[in-house]
Amino acid sequence: MNTAAPVPAPASLADSALPAGGIFAALRWSLVRDLKVAMRSRSELGVQLLFYIIVVSLFPLASNPERTLLAAIGPGVLWVAALLASLLSLPRLFAGDYGDGTLEQIALSPHPLEALVSGKILAHWLTAGLPVTLLAPLLGIQYAMDGESLAVLAAALLIGTPILSLLGGIGAALTLGLRGGGSLLALLILPLYVPVLIFGAGAVEAVRAGLGATANLSLLGAGLLVAMVGAPFAAAAAVRIALD
Amino acid sequence: MLEAHNLSAERGATRLFSDLSFKVGTGEALMITGANGTGKTTLLRMLAGLSAPAAGEIRWRGQIVKPFDPRLRGAVAFAGHPIALKDELTAEENLAAAAALSGEPASPDAVRSALEVVSLSRQRSLPARVLSQGQRRRIGLARLTLVRRVLWLLDEPVTALDAAGTALLARLVGEHVQTGGLAIAATHTPLILPQVRLHSLALA
Repeated sequence: MNTAAPVPAPASLADSALPAGGIFAALRWSLVRDLKVAMRSRSELGVQLLFYIIVVSLFPLASNPERTLLAAIGPGVLWVAALLASLLSLPRLFAGDYGDGTLEQIALSPHPLEALVSGKILAHWLTAGLPVTLLAPLLGIQYAMDGESLAVLAAALLIGTPILSLLGGIGAALTLGLRGGGSLLALLILPLYVPVLIFGAGAVEAVRAGLGATANLSLLGAGLLVAMVGAPFAAAAAVRIALD
Repeated sequence: MLEAHNLSAERGATRLFSDLSFKVGTGEALMITGANGTGKTTLLRMLAGLSAPAAGEIRWRGQIVKPFDPRLRGAVAFAGHPIALKDELTAEENLAAAAALSGEPASPDAVRSALEVVSLSRQRSLPARVLSQGQRRRIGLARLTLVRRVLWLLDEPVTALDAAGTALLARLVGEHVQTGGLAIAATHTPLILPQVRLHSLALA
């Protein structure tokens, strides 16, 4: 036991001012760390994706296998499954860090908490929303959707799933430390997901009706911008409340 | 200098403590003792700026600080009861992440020597999941030496440490205080800190 090893000489014990690198260093810190943790627990990610694939694949088995019917319900089913998959993975956004005490260290860091939270939400989207988006065109084939519909579906998911992660981040932070937080989270967040669902699934419907998806996709994009500006602040405030 | 003026804390309807005032200056340590449930952890969390006191105020260097005050966040190293290690990351990665989070990224060499101080060089690339409670505590100590902060707030730092670990903890706290730091620890087993101006505070 080498207890006599020298302690590194204290360079300075002065209070550190705001750390160098600012918000981007903070965002990168939580993004990189959360992705690393997610990659080390890949099985959990796999289970969530498998859930998505299975839910989407159940509908064609359970309903009338008529091509026009399937093509009509397809976008809605894919979107609802994406919502549920996002919801399933939300608890791990903050609960792990809350349980092992890391969230306290994050909240006490001199970095802006909003930036650290944004990095975590981005990591959540990369591990939950992005895989769902990439798989959707493949799964859409089961619903006899044509090429244009599949492309619009993927585009709508690409814009819409980050909104799910951002809004979900607020809900996940608000339900931290509550008993039965998971089901409360669903009750809290699913109603907020409704506009995303309507415009997202509506984009494909509009294409099928010959109207073009521009209006729906623009509204989704506007929603994404609003969520990107507002959600990190709301989630950071909720984290501070949860720690109090 | 950290000052508490007439602090009080409530948990639900019960009052944990009230009108608590004390001062800890540079080069001093404070040991908070008290039975279970007397509010030691609550007090430490207040001093760390994690929760707001029911009444009273906390001053850091003469200025009143509210929870999550940036001045306090740049000065505090908080070692809470969960040790803040990610099970999936190795000891080395945990320390490097903690240093970067504190705003002062550490070189791999600095991380290694911090692990050497706590005699965990051999375990440096093991995931934190497989380490024992005492070893996890030691990583917590390594973090304190790596993340150079003025004010150490330690919640039950002796828990799960063996005799050598307890001696190491006392040495690190002693050195920290002698080099101009402040240390506040909530503990059942008092630390033996020779050559340190030690205050004590008993909560009841």
